[in-house]
Amino acid sequence: MYDPTVARLTYRALLGRRRALILGALPVLLIAISIAVRGLAGADDQTASDLLGGLALATMVPIIGVIAGTGAIGPEIDDGSVVYLLSKPVKRPTIIFTKLIVAIAVTMVFSALPTFIAGLILNGNGQQIAVAYTVAALVASIAYAAIFLLLGTVSRHAVVFGLVYALVWEALFGSLVSGARTLSVQQWALAVAQKVAGGDLVTSDVTLPTATVLLAVVTVLATWYAGQKLRSLTLAGEE
Amino acid sequence: MAVEHPVAAQPGDQTRIHNIGYRTYDGPRLGRSYATRSLYSQSLRGAYGLGRSVKSKVLPMLLFVVMCVPAAIMVAVAVATKASDLPVDYTRYAIVMQAVISLYIASQAPQSVSRDLRFKTVPLYFSRPIETADYVRAKFAALASALFILTAAPLIVLYVGALLAKLDFADQTKGFAQGLVSVALLSLLLAGIGLVIASVTPRRGFGIAAVIAVLTISYGAVSTLQAIAEVQNSSGAIAWIGLFSPVTLIDGVQTAFLGATSAFPGGVGPTNGEGAVYVLVTLGLIAGSYGLLMRRYKKVGL
Repeated sequence: MYDPTVARLTYRALLGRRRALILGALPVLLIAISIAVRGLAGADDQTASDLLGGLALATMVPIIGVIAGTGAIGPEIDDGSVVYLLSKPVKRPTIIFTKLIVAIAVTMVFSALPTFIAGLILNGNGQQIAVAYTVAALVASIAYAAIFLLLGTVSRHAVVFGLVYALVWEALFGSLVSGARTLSVQQWALAVAQKVAGGDLVTSDVTLPTATVLLAVVTVLATWYAGQKLRSLTLAGEE
Repeated sequence: MAVEHPVAAQPGDQTRIHNIGYRTYDGPRLGRSYATRSLYSQSLRGAYGLGRSVKSKVLPMLLFVVMCVPAAIMVAVAVATKASDLPVDYTRYAIVMQAVISLYIASQAPQSVSRDLRFKTVPLYFSRPIETADYVRAKFAALASALFILTAAPLIVLYVGALLAKLDFADQTKGFAQGLVSVALLSLLLAGIGLVIASVTPRRGFGIAAVIAVLTISYGAVSTLQAIAEVQNSSGAIAWIGLFSPVTLIDGVQTAFLGATSAFPGGVGPTNGEGAVYVLVTLGLIAGSYGLLMRRYKKVGL
């Protein structure tokens, strides 16, 4: 199910040149802000929770997920070079699975790791906040990577739709309509984080069993459907 | 041995140039400004998907509708409840709807310039009479106009609705004018930032992600820091932190000079002195992005 050559190519496409620059800039910014906040405000659990929840989990993880998830397959389909990959004797679900693993790994490294470091800087992992948000970022990375990889195979405008989901649905509708929060990767990840933190600093609108089931179902379904889409991929001309 | 044939050499009288009727163009040449205007109008139409495929019309039109619908709803509510004022100020509307504006600029700035880079059509533009400056100006003006249309249309809806609801004319007109100035500044600023980022990459998808990352992360970071400064009772710092993201920058300018109420935490906007810095930074950013674009296109694709 895992093809090292495809993985190597995907890593190179994802981390090559400027793409790595923006992937690296976001975590650096998060850590810089954490240092500034620690300097300004000192160690405070509520501040740490707000910053990690508002900036790291709500903004940074989805954006990195969009870049890694759609970037793992989108550009290849876009410029047509995916046919060289598809014409090799590699099963298409294998290609998708490998790309998913790579996208998850990249998202985790560039979002969960900085979240943990930022958490340590902010309050030294008081009340398990750093660990809780890191776990949330790890869980969210898996789901986001799967969803956005699927989007990359479905649409040529995957990045826009991914961002619309992440920013408009989760952030805007999520804050206005409480029902939208049930269908939000961020809330599912928060449910897991709530279990880890134990306290009442990290809260979610979704119960843990629901969140776990939804996370698993969404990830598996998205990966399976992306494999199906790739099996019947037709190369469209430039718009 | 090959048999040597005598070469039928009859020099001179075999080659000739036939006149088959090609004519030189002697009609009017429309020149540089016409080409620039054409590029401007094509880019502006392209920013709303006009003259492009149906698929590329969907997103800009959808965002345009999403921008205008809340304004229409507010007007309807104001008329129905006979309110004495609109629920949202003209200057506040763009700040509230900034997610939609960010998505629009992120999707349209790369389609305006990235595809020219990717398909290497930039040298073709420069083989026409237009200069680097004309290309940059046309693209900049087109995207700024597109953004202005996006942000001013809901204000017009609000204004017309307010007049229909017989709200105070002088008051509404003043607010409307202030709102227009504010969205004009916002359009120029966002168009400049979007184009600078998009012109660096030939990949459309990557350009979109980069623009949205810069806009949302800077806003998220600034508003988080401001909220913390508010909690720490250091409200003097709030105004200075606001300088670091485009939307808070416009918010500060309109709070200081255009009679808006600030969206900053605690409602503490910049004072007049700080407001002057805001205006300077805003104009500096617009001029800076124009300069960067000029530098970028000095050597691109040539």
